[in-house]
Amino acid sequence: MGSVSTHVVVLGAGHAGGTLVALLRQYGFDGPITMVGDEPVVPYQRPPLSKAWLKGEADADSLALKPLEFYAENQIDFRPNVSAVTLKRADKIVELSDGASLTYDILVIATGMRPNKLPLPGAELSGVLSLRSAADAEELKGHLLPGHHVAIIGGGYIGLEVAASARTLGAEATVFEREGRILSRSACEVLSTFFTDYHRARGVTFELGAKIDSLVGEGGKVTGVKMADGRIIPADAVLVGVGGKPNDEIAADAGLDTARGVVVDLEARTSDPAIFAIGDCSHRPLPHYDRMFGPESVPSALEQAKQVACAITGRPAPTPEVPWNWSDQYDLKLQIAGLPFDTDQILVRGDPASGKFAIFHLKGDQVQSVEAVNAPPEYMMGRQLIGNRKHVNLDRLADPSVSMKEVAA
Amino acid sequence: MAKVTYIENNGTEHVIDVKAGLTVMEGAVKNNVPGIDADCGGACACATCHVYVDAAWEAKTGTKSAMEESMLDFAENVEPNSRLSCQIKVSDELDGLVVRLPESQH
Repeated sequence: MGSVSTHVVVLGAGHAGGTLVALLRQYGFDGPITMVGDEPVVPYQRPPLSKAWLKGEADADSLALKPLEFYAENQIDFRPNVSAVTLKRADKIVELSDGASLTYDILVIATGMRPNKLPLPGAELSGVLSLRSAADAEELKGHLLPGHHVAIIGGGYIGLEVAASARTLGAEATVFEREGRILSRSACEVLSTFFTDYHRARGVTFELGAKIDSLVGEGGKVTGVKMADGRIIPADAVLVGVGGKPNDEIAADAGLDTARGVVVDLEARTSDPAIFAIGDCSHRPLPHYDRMFGPESVPSALEQAKQVACAITGRPAPTPEVPWNWSDQYDLKLQIAGLPFDTDQILVRGDPASGKFAIFHLKGDQVQSVEAVNAPPEYMMGRQLIGNRKHVNLDRLADPSVSMKEVAA
Repeated sequence: MAKVTYIENNGTEHVIDVKAGLTVMEGAVKNNVPGIDADCGGACACATCHVYVDAAWEAKTGTKSAMEESMLDFAENVEPNSRLSCQIKVSDELDGLVVRLPESQH
């Protein structure tokens, strides 16, 4: 159960780190815990930053995983505004940005990701924003006003959620996507088309296959997006949502295995048995797909926090979960289970035009992944089918008049 | 403010003062009550904040939305008094509420 001599040090105070320290206390770990984070605030939920926060429906208190006093009450030494600078594995020491150093028995790297910068002239102008932290969200919020125009570079989930929030708040939104369709990295064409149409019908403009020359400004402030064909599309603010990079340098510099993230096993343990890595900074096994991946999702971070808490307290390892994620845009709830690896066909159940349908990604007659729009039964049952590898009758799956319970029976 | 009693599957009781306006899920999570995972943070997207509402309180906790109903329909160990606790807003009316937690949320 963790003797008092075992010092757990957690680098990073995001969703992963914050969840881990709370779970350790829940599971009865009574040794010292230190958690350092480079933001000024306690760990909080990031998913609402592109939605509820922008619409004024969430604040710092509501998003905090635990209130500030929780950490002192539970003997967790939480140090905000501090990051780790150097990891000396031979001595089990971490040196921090404030000059302090910590000696650990168990180290957990939970340093997250950082947004990619736009490699274009003008990216340094004021009004060019990214969205990772509450501070970022607060700055963006100030631009989502009626009559304002926000340019969104990158047609991924963050960009689309911000576009939906912008339109809901009365701001104009243009989404610029380098590829020929939005969500090209994460979703199939049926879903891309559906979301494009849905956003267009609500006033969002798309520039697909967009070749951007530069961002232009006046007096240091961004005023527009200049296309390679010479057009300038005016913008009061530019949100850059073009993916991120794991903060794995501290691990790589210390000689831990990395591969677009810190390589871990199913206990979230790194190549050093005294060090774990969880959340967006990790590169983890996906047992349902027999490969390694960086899911970049809250559910994956939470699952890994559980794995580490179990490993440290000697609990049996939790059963591997089917990866999942969700996105809220307008009145749409997209729920995704699994990942579309090794698939040979897709099957659409329901009519996209009805705003309620699901796309199943199949390997033979087994479900590898499901993308469900306003379709919880398809999502919930799809997730179970991915987990239990059941063979399904595809004719029945394609027929919405056959319930998902009957399909899975 | 309302006193909410959360009873873990093993019988352990947690009596928590929950501020009006928070959900029953938030009352548990912010106080580190074990047994409510709430992976999606209250977006009604995951069904990992499943609770059983004590019979005396079923009417006062309101009715389920179609979304909640649909998610619960496919969760594990569902009973007629099952709810997703992220969908129950706490008010002074719910002072004394008792909810029981399932064995597992996953």
